[in-house]
Amino acid sequence: MLRYIALRALLALLVAFTVSLAAFLLLNVAADPAQAIAGEDATQDVIDAIRARYGLDRPLAVRYFDWLGGVLHGDFGESYYWHQPVASLVWDRADETITLALSALTVTILIALPLGALAALNPNSWIDRFALGVAVSAQAVPNFWLGLIMIIVFGVTFPIFPVSGDDTWRHFVLPAFVLGASSVPAVMRLTRTGLIEVMSADYVRTARSKGFRGGALLRRHAMRNALLPVISVLAVQLGQKFGGSVITESIFAINGLGRLALESILGADIPTVQMLIFVFAIVFVTMNLIADILNAALDPRIRIG
Amino acid sequence: MTNTNISNAVLNDADPQCDDAELGMQTPGQIFRNRVLNHRGFLIGSGIIAALVLIAIFAPLIAPHDPYVQSLSSRMLPPVWSEGGSWDHILGSDQNGRDYLSRLIYGTRVSITIGLGAATVGLFIGVTLGVIAGYFGGWVDHAISFLLTAQLALPGLLLAMALVFIIGPSIWVVIGIVGVLHWTYYLVVTRAATQRIRSQDFIAAAQASGATSRQIIWHEILPNLLSSIIVIFTFELGIAILAESSLSFLGVGIQPPTPSWGLMIAEGKQAMFYRPWLVVLPGICLFFLVIGANLMGDGLRDITSPEGRNG
Repeated sequence: MLRYIALRALLALLVAFTVSLAAFLLLNVAADPAQAIAGEDATQDVIDAIRARYGLDRPLAVRYFDWLGGVLHGDFGESYYWHQPVASLVWDRADETITLALSALTVTILIALPLGALAALNPNSWIDRFALGVAVSAQAVPNFWLGLIMIIVFGVTFPIFPVSGDDTWRHFVLPAFVLGASSVPAVMRLTRTGLIEVMSADYVRTARSKGFRGGALLRRHAMRNALLPVISVLAVQLGQKFGGSVITESIFAINGLGRLALESILGADIPTVQMLIFVFAIVFVTMNLIADILNAALDPRIRIG
Repeated sequence: MTNTNISNAVLNDADPQCDDAELGMQTPGQIFRNRVLNHRGFLIGSGIIAALVLIAIFAPLIAPHDPYVQSLSSRMLPPVWSEGGSWDHILGSDQNGRDYLSRLIYGTRVSITIGLGAATVGLFIGVTLGVIAGYFGGWVDHAISFLLTAQLALPGLLLAMALVFIIGPSIWVVIGIVGVLHWTYYLVVTRAATQRIRSQDFIAAAQASGATSRQIIWHEILPNLLSSIIVIFTFELGIAILAESSLSFLGVGIQPPTPSWGLMIAEGKQAMFYRPWLVVLPGICLFFLVIGANLMGDGLRDITSPEGRNG
């Protein structure tokens, strides 16, 4: 088991650094970063000055390993735009995004699990068709648009929840719903198929013949096995919530990492963009790692095979 | 096409549509036609897509006004059903006095062009890698699988935004970047399918008769992948359209004055409390286009491989 975890962790780290290398190459080769920082109308002198000042005149490999060396010492460079260390910039804003991601995941669980379970227990009923309809529609709704509609509805017509800012828990209700809704189709479908499969298994039939019905049957026999794959998908979805926070945070004016990402892109702040990509990748591979370990712990076939 | 239908019909005992009478009395073409006509989701989805494609092609003939002409005297007119609306501007006008219906009609062109373009770019990357990984196996497969894991860990929207900003926004840049970041679904499916096909007897027969790897891939494997590639393409169409609208909404996609639905939502945002239709209408258009593509993809999957219906 330890060997399995170590191997997986090594792979995860390798993936995260590959992502950082790919992002570095794309951001530096696709176009001239000095030109992007200087703006469209800048003269050649200004561009050259920027290039020299930020060390962009050095070869690509030198710059990447310079960045990598810094990262290994906990130094992510200095922001071009805010003129402070990138690491403290990201650290200051991380808690807003973690709160948002966790509450969004809670929303996903609260909607997707009951809906998927009800659909699985009554296949081809109206509730099953309703759940399928919810999944199909939720996949087609643009996330940013759903956010704006929420703001229109709750900002004017039903002013129950605040629509802008991040001061209290009430500020997180609507953003969490919008961000959480995007994961509902995947989690709901998986719960439904998993539960249908388990409900037709022999041990559930045996339990039923022993007199288990309804809630007790679900709780003690069916749910546990059906939820195994759901747990690992939830971990992956939580990883994706961080990257998905860009839109939600900018719509609801939450001062977290997603908004920082948008601001640093519009400010051509490459060190901050580079670090955010790295941080989001680290979060994603960590969540995947946790999912792998959970699966291995719960299902011995994986860790042996 | 016909070959897969025969094998589907033979393999699939569980499908209620494939009873003995069907096998005995109908040609594969008829079976296929019946499947298409009996699939409500597919008919609705392809109907929506066909209608929107026609609107995109004939936009200049349908649009009542020029989508670019501004008019200070007719700014933010309400749609015809609300107070002060008129039949001249059926869906009202935007903050620059441009006819909203005409802009929505021209918006179908932007969404469909970018959707088709990006889904095609992703197709070439994903299918090439998937077939190579599935056919050759070994370290090539390991390398490509690692690439897949890395791509999945990449925060796609963030990188797309940064790249569009640095390179400079244009429709071709958006197509290229959205396409380059959306190929994993093609890879996963074609890799698995290639592995399955590769182990079958007709591949061994082709090898024995002296066919090269290139010939086997082109003549034996790719034709068998065609139906799953089409299914994924349809889903990716919807995903790419949503990605473009998000980029344009955030200001790092299609630029004004081009009518992109995502951009129109961003432009309408300032006035959304007083003029909610500026935000609501382009979102509804996006919803229908994407749900059309998804229903069509679901339907194509059911029709071409009914045995995978519950999978």
